[in-house]
Amino acid sequence: MRKLSKTIISLVAVFFLLANNTLADKIKIGTEGAYPPWNSKDASGKLIGFEVELAQELCAIMKHECTIVEQDWDGMIPALLMRKFDAIMAGMSITEERLKTINFSQGYADEVASLAVMKGSSLANLQTVKSLSLSKKGGDVKKTLDQLKNALAGKTIGVQTGTIHQNFLESGDVGKVNVRKYKTQDEVNLDLAAGRIDAALAAAVAFTDYAAKSGKPVVLVGPTFSGGAFGNGVGVGIRKGDSSSTVGKRDAKILKDFNKAINTARKKGIISKLAIKHFGFDASM
Amino acid sequence: MITSVPKLLYATLITLKLLSFSIIFGLFIGLIFSLMRISKNTLLNKISYYYSYIFRGTPMLVQLFIIYFGLAQLDWLRESFLWVILKEPFWCAIIAFSLNTGAYTSEILRSAFQTISKGYIEAGESLGLSKFKIFVTIQIPVAIKQSLPAYGNEIILMLKGTSLASTVTLMDLTGVSKFIISTTYKPVEVFIVAGSIYLFLTFLIHSFIKYNEKKYEAK
Repeated sequence: MRKLSKTIISLVAVFFLLANNTLADKIKIGTEGAYPPWNSKDASGKLIGFEVELAQELCAIMKHECTIVEQDWDGMIPALLMRKFDAIMAGMSITEERLKTINFSQGYADEVASLAVMKGSSLANLQTVKSLSLSKKGGDVKKTLDQLKNALAGKTIGVQTGTIHQNFLESGDVGKVNVRKYKTQDEVNLDLAAGRIDAALAAAVAFTDYAAKSGKPVVLVGPTFSGGAFGNGVGVGIRKGDSSSTVGKRDAKILKDFNKAINTARKKGIISKLAIKHFGFDASM
Repeated sequence: MITSVPKLLYATLITLKLLSFSIIFGLFIGLIFSLMRISKNTLLNKISYYYSYIFRGTPMLVQLFIIYFGLAQLDWLRESFLWVILKEPFWCAIIAFSLNTGAYTSEILRSAFQTISKGYIEAGESLGLSKFKIFVTIQIPVAIKQSLPAYGNEIILMLKGTSLASTVTLMDLTGVSKFIISTTYKPVEVFIVAGSIYLFLTFLIHSFIKYNEKKYEAK
């Protein structure tokens, strides 16, 4: 009996050692699955979207086995830090703020943010310049921000929590607005359509995608935003690696591999092709 | 981290506000439905029974979502005067929480009313008290005493239940904790602080109920 249990214990131990080894080599990629067209889920719960397909392409280029796992947006970076997965591909913009905590690969796609309102709202007639880059300094930027400040004073604006859009509204650049924070973009859209919030701020495609799928009269207003608080494109988020430990080395290697793979994918036109398929325009970078 | 403490304390006030509003409304709803339940009128009885059956049989999160996101889908409702209340996440949460705790409270009170021994009522009758007098001076005080332990439990459950308010954009203790985590990326530390605050509030509620139990026992 004792011999038998010893054999079983050692077999189990061997199994876990082997399993651990093979798992360690797999790259786990975390995505939200709730931010179409970047990443979302189909009716059966399967992850789909631009980043899901791009992740598969990049893994094929790296010749690496990957699994894509789902993670709520508000716990995305903590989950990465706690090694629940090795990389984030979730429409996450590269910002100074996030770079303090994690690394990013080079950007693979970029697209602008925009305010959205319901047709017929008092904000729907807001006239501004077409696009606003916050990385530029000058009278034009200030003039547009002042226009927005006047139009948005006292309004309630919905954003997804922990996003560049929330940071921008809370930075004071557009004065004092009531920022209402939601767990997912879906909920922002629902409350915009219900009239609980006066406007919403998110990636422009998130609204056009919602308008197209739901048939609700959601319209974009004001300028498209980029630069500054809006970051420098969307990249793969990866833990900061170092050469002092095995796991640190692995993280550093994953970053290097992703950068190389993105280069290759860009040259082959894979990113452009996927972007046009999902966004309707070439959002690759 | 230190700078987050005032934010968490302010959020604790929101949590307490949610709790006190829903407990007060819930007690009122619970009292009415428990009386309906012990009444001899079959219709009132059935209404009360199904109300409590539905609200105890479904998750509070689902009830909150139906009230917050579900009702907002109805165009006629958005054009009615009710929208003034339903537009606000705070009142949606209060409605959901009150209806939920109301269902549990009605069951707690019902069982308390039903287990009052006949002797008490007969004693009142032999003194020539009216039915109403018996109800107010005998049945209600005895029922309160009997239901205190279970009701204290319900308040503590509701305290923890208020954390669901964060799912409809309310910045209560849980909502603010999640928000702080989304900027500091330190879930363990923040949740430990938030958890300690909830624990402390539970301690206060527990002590209050214990104190009252003793008080009633002494009588």
